[in-house]
Amino acid sequence: MKEPLELIGFILAMAGATVLTRFLPFWLPGKWLDNSFVRTLKEGLPAVILLLLVVYSLKDTPVTAAPWGLPEALALGLVVALHLWKRNALLSIGVGTALYMVLFQTGVLTSVWGL
Amino acid sequence: MKTNALETSLPVAFGYIPLGMAFGVLLVGLGYDWWWAPLMGVVIFAGSAQFLAVSLLAAGAGALDAFVATLLLNLRHVFYGLTVLDRYRALGWGRYYAIFGLTDETFSLLAGSPPHAHDRRYVLSVTVLNQSWWVLGCALGALAGGVLPFRTEGLAFSLTALFAVLLVEQLLKSFRPAPLLGALASAGLCLAVLPGKYFLIASISLAALVLVILPVPRGTK
Repeated sequence: MKEPLELIGFILAMAGATVLTRFLPFWLPGKWLDNSFVRTLKEGLPAVILLLLVVYSLKDTPVTAAPWGLPEALALGLVVALHLWKRNALLSIGVGTALYMVLFQTGVLTSVWGL
Repeated sequence: MKTNALETSLPVAFGYIPLGMAFGVLLVGLGYDWWWAPLMGVVIFAGSAQFLAVSLLAAGAGALDAFVATLLLNLRHVFYGLTVLDRYRALGWGRYYAIFGLTDETFSLLAGSPPHAHDRRYVLSVTVLNQSWWVLGCALGALAGGVLPFRTEGLAFSLTALFAVLLVEQLLKSFRPAPLLGALASAGLCLAVLPGKYFLIASISLAALVLVILPVPRGTK
């Protein structure tokens, strides 16, 4: 365990690094940012980053053993389908998460296959 | 089009509170007083970095290790700032807090939508609410230490669902398959060859590279 002062230094180091990464683009000279590269990035990055965040949040899903990532796949499928149908974010997220929690906590997909 | 900051931020609550609680439980598990957990939620406000902090503290790492590791882990935020640059510059003094609070989730909520009619208030409210859920989770987890009225395993799936919903919204607005295929290829490559903690910065950088070398399609504004 660290002494309080030591821990405060540790916390401030992490906070400082985080602040640096978040503020950096705002400190760049404006003319570096006024070009077609940056405009293309601003246009295209949101969808790309969202896709990568989906992958990132699922990357530790075990897929080689039962239930082979099926709870994640089914719940994600439901979220997307429900959202395409109703366009209600809270509904899609709520129902999808509820399905995932039931599948995950009961282990029903694993027992159905008798494994 | 959502106009209410609370409604926008609510899905994040379902993810941040259980995740913050998990962090709080882990931190007090190392022997630290409970209030360090919400304090870190206030000062650092970076989910993955705070989980990294737990493993660094457990390993007895120092402040310099923590600084370098956090810098690498959070370097992806540079791309977030780049994307919301003009919108955040218009926020006046409030931008300093908004930039400080630009997490994966806050970025996701704001990046895909056009500026709100009362954008300054809206962006700041969403950021404050998101941080409140996180700090609340950190405090609850550290105080309650795993004693919960119901089973929360799997609740953090709500953040996956949130990213997926926002992606669907984004694609309904404009769909270009090539950058997404590039992103998937980058993701596959990074998953195959890199340790998990570098996944986001590496895959976002690669996908951004694909994005700028792809020919710009006709008809985009």
